[in-house]
Amino acid sequence: MRGKLVGMNGDRAVAYAVKQADVDVISAYPITPQTIIVETLAEYVNNGELDAAFIPVESEHSALSAAVGASLSGARVFTATSSQGLALMYEILWIAAGLRTTIVMAIGNRALSPNINIHCSHDDAYAARDTGWLQFFAENVQEAYDLTLMAFRISEDHRVLFPSIVNLDGFILTHALEGLYVLEDSDVKAFLPKKEPVNPVDPGKPMTYGALDLFDWYMEHRRQQYASLESARPIIKEVFEEYSNLTGRKYSPVKSFNTEGAEVAVMILGSSAGTARYVARKLAEKGKKIGVISLTQYRPFPAKELREAIKDASVVAVMDRSVSFGSPGAQLFMDVSATLIRSKVRPLLFNVIYGLGGRDLTPAHIEKVVDLAESVMRRGEAPEEPVWVGVRGDEL
Amino acid sequence: MSGESVVLKLKTWRDLPIGGIIPEPKTSLHNKTGNWRAMKPILDNGKCIKCLLCWIHCPEPAILRGDDDSVRIDYDYCKGCGICANVCPVHAIEMKLEV
Amino acid sequence: MSELKFVKTLKEIPRAEHFAPGHRLCAGCGIPQVVRMALKAVPNPKVVVNATGCLEVSTTVFPYTSWGVPWIHVAFENAAAVASGIEAAFKILSKKYGKQKPKVIVFAGDGGTFDIGFQALSGALERGHDMIYICYDNEAYMNTGIQRSGATPKGASTTTSPAGRVIPGKLERKKNLIEIAIAHGIPYAATMNPAFPVDMYNKLVKAASVSGPVVLHYFTPCPTGWYFDPSKSIEIARLAVQTRIWPLYEYENSRVRITVPVKEPKPIEDYFKLQGRFRHLLEPQNRWLLEEIKRDVEENWNRLLKLASQ
Repeated sequence: MRGKLVGMNGDRAVAYAVKQADVDVISAYPITPQTIIVETLAEYVNNGELDAAFIPVESEHSALSAAVGASLSGARVFTATSSQGLALMYEILWIAAGLRTTIVMAIGNRALSPNINIHCSHDDAYAARDTGWLQFFAENVQEAYDLTLMAFRISEDHRVLFPSIVNLDGFILTHALEGLYVLEDSDVKAFLPKKEPVNPVDPGKPMTYGALDLFDWYMEHRRQQYASLESARPIIKEVFEEYSNLTGRKYSPVKSFNTEGAEVAVMILGSSAGTARYVARKLAEKGKKIGVISLTQYRPFPAKELREAIKDASVVAVMDRSVSFGSPGAQLFMDVSATLIRSKVRPLLFNVIYGLGGRDLTPAHIEKVVDLAESVMRRGEAPEEPVWVGVRGDEL
Repeated sequence: MSGESVVLKLKTWRDLPIGGIIPEPKTSLHNKTGNWRAMKPILDNGKCIKCLLCWIHCPEPAILRGDDDSVRIDYDYCKGCGICANVCPVHAIEMKLEV
Repeated sequence: MSELKFVKTLKEIPRAEHFAPGHRLCAGCGIPQVVRMALKAVPNPKVVVNATGCLEVSTTVFPYTSWGVPWIHVAFENAAAVASGIEAAFKILSKKYGKQKPKVIVFAGDGGTFDIGFQALSGALERGHDMIYICYDNEAYMNTGIQRSGATPKGASTTTSPAGRVIPGKLERKKNLIEIAIAHGIPYAATMNPAFPVDMYNKLVKAASVSGPVVLHYFTPCPTGWYFDPSKSIEIARLAVQTRIWPLYEYENSRVRITVPVKEPKPIEDYFKLQGRFRHLLEPQNRWLLEEIKRDVEENWNRLLKLASQ
């Protein structure tokens, strides 16, 4: 592993990466559990360790608005938020992507109200899935650090030019102290050179940003944005590979474990993927082969890679740390369903809802999900509705 | 403004500059708003005292200010609001029905 | 401030235009005058941030822009926040990489300032960003069809405060934007009016010379929303000052100064009778409201005199 081993929680690891990225502008508003990120950055700035403007805005809406202005002006920009804060930013998420800013935002994933809860759910991140941001999910503190550095590089690549979200599970990663390898500043500098903005705000070359479109150009602009995001896919892979070569830590859009020849697979995002792999390893010792699939890249959705990962499965339990009220399933389930409907490989899918508001997901829960998956395989029929695990009143 | 403008070249989504930007300044000069006009301001140069009130108050701007501070009405853009005639202290501008 | 280029006559105002015709603002609109003037008075380099509103939608219909300077629109309520980001970015980029720092000018309507953009404005003023924030106040949401705002004056009929048989228009007073701005401890604030272009130009020159946030409150006649003949735009604007409804003053170094004294005010009715939005106030059954408005105007003026004498 390249770099030096240190101990940090997820928030501090992200802040450390942002400092090493020599960011120009940080615009942020406090919200738990991301707060340590911006507190740490404010310390760096005020202690002279980071030469950046820290804008202590009066709301998340303004945090992202100021970030948009700064990014268009040519600055490397970072912000962070969680839950309600991201919901307040929602309007500006679309604009930040449509104007092709290169903001990097960390989300300490947290449940939405009501009732108010500061712990982990993924519904905040999922609500941003259609807005045009690139989204990555970290599984541990090391990945939160690595993905933050890669996000700047990917977003600012002239073949990409879209803002990025780096998701890290609230408290589970934001506040958990883990060992991680951090790169030398010189390595980061080589991997992530100074931002070269495209069409920045320049009084010497006046341009108009954020014009009115109405019915005669709006659709063409959306069509173009769609195509641009699609063409970002190979670049993301390229950066993942370059970073993997630099650090010795393997990154790819889809993470597969034991999927070769496994008839049953569990799909899960974020920190719980480790728990799922732990269970799979344990079951493998008993001769039971269970595949675990996790996504590092959530948007653009890595459909092709996912089809490849899923090709041997007959049943896939898609686990969502969220609810989508009134929908045929939660968000990841719908993504996976849509991915497979066009595929020759058509395993049975069912949706599992777990871990809302920080509810613990134990290995025993995952074993129950595996049991259910096996019975689905035997019956050849999947549950119509999402299955809730770890909730009082429903027992698997 | 010459015809060499991004405004006139855009055909499909593939031609668009990214981010929805308009990469050139003042392309609205291609949008002649003179056809909005119902009433037309007619300037009597003989009466004009070059006070520039019409120039400063014109919302378009469609009053062109010469080097000698004489003024000229740019009918390509004048919407015929009549502010110029109203502010002229010597009644050098008269509003007439556009024919 | 002796080095500042104040003017005494219109002839001294620069010729160069940074705002082009071909825009789609209504005939007789009062917004472009402040735009033209600000872009003349504030030296280069400069950047404009525009909140959603009449000015924004009418001057940048893709691919037609009227702007000769960098212009950015993000949303309705966040112009001051976007400007904060631009200002902070250029400041640090100039420190780190020697990039030239432009002056940031914000244009926002009364809805985008008094109501939905109020929080972002307050935040930007508190943080002390170097920007000129210009509120073009046409006293209602004109872009969406004349709905009342926190800047709509008492008595005005709008589509959401119609002059009805029971409730004769808006019954609440207008917020005092300048006093709110001043309360943030900013270095300069002023009111402006298109009928007084020299006064307006000089205030903009002063605003450009100040380092820190400036708030300028500009009276914007709206023929469409106020129901008057477009040719009377400037006449109505002048009457607003002459009746003491729109006092012209500035706040600088903790002092208030009336820049256009009005010794003998014209009757408020002269101003009201030219505009459809106020015409019902001249009917006998609404006399009480007219009298109340007169008292308000007098009270505001006396309050201003008191501030100016301190």
